[in-house]
Amino acid sequence: MGFSKLQDIISISEKKNIDFWQVILQDDMNERAVTAEESFDKMREMYRQMKESDASYDKSLISPSGLSGSDGEKLEIFSLGERLVGDFLSQVIARAVKMGESNACMRRIVTAPTAGSCGVLPAVLITYEKQRGADEDEIVKSLFVAAGIGEVIATSASISGAQGGCQAEIGSAAAMAAGALTFLLGGSNKEIANSAALAIKNMLGLTCDPVAGLVEVPCVKRNAYGAVNAVVSAHLTGAGVYSKIPPDEVVDSMRRTGKLIPACLRETSQEGLATTPTGTKIAQKMKSNNI
Amino acid sequence: MNIFDIIGPVMVGPSSSHTAGAVKIGCAARKLLGEPVKDAEIYLYGSFLATGSGHGTQFALVAGLLGMKPDDARIPKSFDYAKKAGMTFSFAQAKLRRAHPNSVQLKLTGVSGKKLDFVGESVGGSLINISSIGPLKVNFSGEKPTFIIRHKDKPGFISSVTGLLAENDFNIATMNLYRRSRGGEAVMIVECDQEIPDIIADELKNLFGAENITFYSLKDDFDEEGEK
Repeated sequence: MGFSKLQDIISISEKKNIDFWQVILQDDMNERAVTAEESFDKMREMYRQMKESDASYDKSLISPSGLSGSDGEKLEIFSLGERLVGDFLSQVIARAVKMGESNACMRRIVTAPTAGSCGVLPAVLITYEKQRGADEDEIVKSLFVAAGIGEVIATSASISGAQGGCQAEIGSAAAMAAGALTFLLGGSNKEIANSAALAIKNMLGLTCDPVAGLVEVPCVKRNAYGAVNAVVSAHLTGAGVYSKIPPDEVVDSMRRTGKLIPACLRETSQEGLATTPTGTKIAQKMKSNNI
Repeated sequence: MNIFDIIGPVMVGPSSSHTAGAVKIGCAARKLLGEPVKDAEIYLYGSFLATGSGHGTQFALVAGLLGMKPDDARIPKSFDYAKKAGMTFSFAQAKLRRAHPNSVQLKLTGVSGKKLDFVGESVGGSLINISSIGPLKVNFSGEKPTFIIRHKDKPGFISSVTGLLAENDFNIATMNLYRRSRGGEAVMIVECDQEIPDIIADELKNLFGAENITFYSLKDDFDEEGEK
């Protein structure tokens, strides 16, 4: 697999006169020796699994630690009533939290790019499909766009919280969703990359300090922030607001920043929220429960 | 890595690196051993050690050693399945130096007494890297059929391998070479797009000695015979 720079994808797109998503699809065809149809169908399968995970959210489930569950239901109810935030964003928030909770409760999810960040892309894309009455094929195409952005970040920075902190997980997911959403809104290649860059910039340096080492606190709710960040980034791009730092330079700064985050704040639960008095208490309780 | 490592895989939560990646590491070790595992000494390092129990990493590693895949609903109950399969295991702290933050060392004994000392790393998004086999430092993903040759560094060695593959019209995906010193101990790691046919495997064994070659196949067709 090839892409370490967003500009490389854009250059091929221009040279071959094909869309951003087609560059990624063709690369997959070559990489896995599959047809265009097989590649597209596999991505559709991923999207359908996302929708299935979303639809099968179980409000009665509580994670083994007791830390996660039922907040998605609260948000779902809240999104139907009187509130400040509009329909689109309130649905995005509810879906992101629901998916994060499902993951914590050991349900089947689609990693995108990781399990801890699995709520961001489906929250944005499923809500877009439902509220805009979009064609499923378009959403599948947007997932190729997201995958291309994720590839670049994985190759040139990191998608692992243990290596790069939360910016590598929720940050990457937000960048992928931002690019996908900009594509769906008719954005150009440059605009797709811009949205991804804006989303990353908002999450640079974000640490990974999960309480008791579980993908629950703060991860579940952070899916909502990542998803909203993606929507804001696409909104900025839509208005013509540009990142002053070029997208590939932003990705490189993400790599360098990740390296500078100390190990105690990279998924080792040795600092931050994990070592607050309450975080410590929860961890000790978990240990004595032998979960 | 391909795009379905980024969007996907479908897996049982909660952590791609600590749950799904751990399943894959266990599975890769089992494949390298080439037979069902009878006993596993499992040494956890870094974040695996610090936060593994909260992510079900222990269940995941044992599940992988039993041949389960990351979307297998039985993962949380893998200890029970190990008992049923007659596989014993123990956990301890690893003494590794400068390892990846999510590493595990596995000392395995197979049903026929075969041994494997192995270090695997979970590098994010459920991707893994195999970083050592016995005393050898290696570096491959376990996503493709792979073979590893230990040899003495000398001119013409590489072409003797690539020549053989070319004669059989066999394509190489990636090739990595390491050596301690000029003329010293060297290692060649070749990742392939397809399974290595017997004719090539036999010829490689002939040329370099079976004891110097490790084959890593994606097939685990020893499962059926092994677990009856």
